Amino acid sequence: MSATFVGMPAFPAAAREALSDTQLRRNLAHATGTIRAKRAAVVGEVDEWEELRMAGAAIKDNTLRHLDEHLLRLEKSLTDRGATVHWARDAAEACEIVASIAKQHAVDEVVKVKSMATQEIGLNEALATQGITAWETDLAELIVQLGDDLPSHILVPAIHRNRAEIREIFRDKMAAAGRPAPDDLSDRPAELAGAARLHLREKFLRARMAVSGANFAVAETGTLVVVESEGNGRMCLTLPEVLVSVVGIEKIVPTWSDLDVFLQLLPRSSTGERMNPYTSTWSGATEGQEAHVVLLDNGRTRALADEVGRQALRCIRCSACLNVCPVYERTGGHAYGSVYPGPIGAILNPLLRGTGVDDQVDSLPYASSLCGACFEACPVRIDIPEVLVHLRSKVVDAHRSAPKAEAVAMKSASWVLADSKRLGLAERGMGLAGRLLGRFGRKVMPGGRRALGRLPWPGSLWSNARDVPAPPAESFRAWWRREGRR
Amino acid sequence: MKVAVQVTCINDAMFPDTGKAVFTLLRRLGVQADFPAAQTCCAQPMVNTGYLDEAVPVVRNFVDAFAGYDAIVTPSGSCAGSVRHQHSIVARRSGDDRLAAAVAETSPKVYELTEFLVDVLGVTDVGAYFPHRVTYHPTCHSLRMLGVGDRPLRLLREVRGLDLVELPAADECCGFGGTFAVKNAETSTAMGADKARHVLDTGAEVLVAGDNSCLLHIGGLLSRQRTGVRVMHLAEVLAGTEEA
Ligand code: SF4
Repeated sequence: MSATFVGMPAFPAAAREALSDTQLRRNLAHATGTIRAKRAAVVGEVDEWEELRMAGAAIKDNTLRHLDEHLLRLEKSLTDRGATVHWARDAAEACEIVASIAKQHAVDEVVKVKSMATQEIGLNEALATQGITAWETDLAELIVQLGDDLPSHILVPAIHRNRAEIREIFRDKMAAAGRPAPDDLSDRPAELAGAARLHLREKFLRARMAVSGANFAVAETGTLVVVESEGNGRMCLTLPEVLVSVVGIEKIVPTWSDLDVFLQLLPRSSTGERMNPYTSTWSGATEGQEAHVVLLDNGRTRALADEVGRQALRCIRCSACLNVCPVYERTGGHAYGSVYPGPIGAILNPLLRGTGVDDQVDSLPYASSLCGACFEACPVRIDIPEVLVHLRSKVVDAHRSAPKAEAVAMKSASWVLADSKRLGLAERGMGLAGRLLGRFGRKVMPGGRRALGRLPWPGSLWSNARDVPAPPAESFRAWWRREGRR
Repeated sequence: MKVAVQVTCINDAMFPDTGKAVFTLLRRLGVQADFPAAQTCCAQPMVNTGYLDEAVPVVRNFVDAFAGYDAIVTPSGSCAGSVRHQHSIVARRSGDDRLAAAVAETSPKVYELTEFLVDVLGVTDVGAYFPHRVTYHPTCHSLRMLGVGDRPLRLLREVRGLDLVELPAADECCGFGGTFAVKNAETSTAMGADKARHVLDTGAEVLVAGDNSCLLHIGGLLSRQRTGVRVMHLAEVLAGTEEA
């Protein structure tokens, strides 16, 4: 498995490439359209949805405010129930902890329950360098892993693939990873799922160690919670002798009654179901199994320190924001260069990794038209547009010592717009320029206004695909004054 | 009631007819509104691109220009949204308490045009006449940032002669997004192309919206594709009468 997000170009360049892939756009539009409709229908059934959203946001905010106390309580509950708790500051530490547990038990393969945290830290790749193979058992993750591909969606990592492509991946790649796909495999969903089931069963029965994440961690009882649709997770959680769970420190909820709110919000927002098919909960070690919990920071305390951005830590990874995002729908997830794509990725990556250090990360807050559809869909009311604008200001501030052309343009715009007389003069200049430029553009737009010709850079960024009306001969303020209306 | 119109910088420089239409309309409804000539811009272009320091003098100019009015009406959902949601952020950044106080005083008095007509004046029939087949695009900021709801549609439904046809996937963003339109030009035009296709599907002659910036983008695409569909600001439709 060699696919990696490292070295991805900044969003505009990656998006340009994705946009030219018409198959990808068709797959995405179809998939997000379907799930959007399902979500809207089941959310519409709940009269008190808005109250639930507010409750979800409030619980998370209160928890984050006293995160240290809740984490210590979680650690104690877990330890009291026989689990071993590890603290990991960053990805490298977390991966090392998991690898050393594997080595202690002399295992060279682990089965995995789909988990964003382990993808975030690049666990599979890190384990591979130590000679340990990690097998993904979620159907979509399996498709991505076998295809030597990258995930493009939080919930449906292979959303960019259609049935025919999946059949090809199974036929070409399953044999090298274990039980081969049947020779006569068709692209019917039931047959594809059947092939995956047989392929995976062999691994569930053989594996001695499993790695999971957790959707929630209940502090009062030390209970970890995994919700899923396929049942593969439950197999991993119960069969192996050693279970290691990598849990982001923001996954905590104080009590079981808090959990109640999220178990209502999550399935409706993510898969558009009233309830998810499998909810597994376990508190500490169960008989015959050794349990480890790795509590992961990896930038979360950095995000927590950002007073506008910290609301992103409420995220329950439902992916509703991806499915309603018009930008994501057209570019797909890979363009975001991270396991967290879409609107949440556009804020979470800069918050976790910091602004001003990496051009790719700095491009993400601008990967949005600020239409607000994500905020409307988010079950925990994260004001993603607000955070995007806030992060843009952090990106700009980080580069103030070496101003770009854009910064110069903004400074001059600010100077002009701070005074109506300067603006009046600028408008007169525009009117003149418009009349000049208008001579080159012969086109008349619907409604009778003359269009400018194609503009030189940076105007070409606009005029390559869009006609530009010529500026009017007289601005509004000039007209107002001429009419003597003052 | 002392009423001012915030014409907005883009209307002032590029779409003066929209500003004129707002005054025509308000006068017809008995409102004597001012154009405070010291006004320039709401500072949204700076704020949304991340240039908060650069936004400070522009916001300062805004509150000075509109001080003392009871209502400030603007034909832009986006600018109204920016004033209401972003001016306080800019003021906080400036560290200037007087500016913060002035913003707190001015911001709540800003109304998007349809809010002012329906909520403050209490009218939906503004006596307009516009004998064309029209479809309406609810711009994202008026729809989600302000929540103007169906006010624009209620106003359009009362316009004599107007044949209003529903726009498919109306609440989807057109892809303008301010500097997004140039920073991510390809994605922006891909979104706009879908919007333009939906407009064509309606068979409308005119696409109407409450924000000229979105119309500049969609209209630019419709014109480049030689569709013959015209874009118009809602204020201009509402200002039209049988006589004029
Ligand atoms: S930001 Fe909100 S909508 Fe997006 S994945 Fe997180 S919880 Fe879901």
